[in-house]
Amino acid sequence: MMNFVLVVTAVIFSLAAAGAIVRISRGPSLLDRVLATDVLLAILGGALCVDMAVNRHLNNLMLVVAISVIGFIGSVTVARFVADRREQPNES
Amino acid sequence: MNPDPTSPDAWVDMLSAVFMIVGAIMSLGAAIGLLRFPDLLSRMHAATKPQVLGLFLLLASIGLQMRTWWVWPVLLVAWIFQLLTAPVSAHMVGRAGYRTKHLHRELLTSDELEAVVQKAAARAAREGGSDDGRGD
Repeated sequence: MMNFVLVVTAVIFSLAAAGAIVRISRGPSLLDRVLATDVLLAILGGALCVDMAVNRHLNNLMLVVAISVIGFIGSVTVARFVADRREQPNES
Repeated sequence: MNPDPTSPDAWVDMLSAVFMIVGAIMSLGAAIGLLRFPDLLSRMHAATKPQVLGLFLLLASIGLQMRTWWVWPVLLVAWIFQLLTAPVSAHMVGRAGYRTKHLHRELLTSDELEAVVQKAAARAAREGGSDDGRGD
């Protein structure tokens, strides 16, 4: 059963990461890209969690803790320095 | 893996499998929301799903699969820090999005920040206008 769960979650995480990457590449503003990058980081942490749970090891646990502690710094830093450079105000 | 489907071990396995799949679906929901929602604020709403509930379900599935007690405090630390830091980034991104007008005003039902911004702008204009409104 665990192999089935691993396959299902791998497919779901792949689709989710593809969606986030599409939004990173398309996203009309910098803030959309930052937001999609946050989601991609959350998907990565979730995939690490599933790997640990299925294979019953804890090798990546400190990595997951570190992601949850410092993962917000990137979006905060970018959001602090964002500027409005669009011609039309509602093109998002 | 387990020959007896009614043993507690099999139930714990089943529960953690459900947690893993639902937690993965949270990520998929966030991606679909990112792709389909119209503006930044509604995309921010979708983006928090895997950060809080998805991470909780996946960490709980780790705890159930390891079948030890000492791992639960570490998982709790990871989740608590995620709860503490997700609002910080959401606040900063939402604030920058409001200030640079990355929002569709016609989709808002109420805008409580508008009155505060107007009052601050009026006060800044009264006090000489040297401050351009970015008072931080």
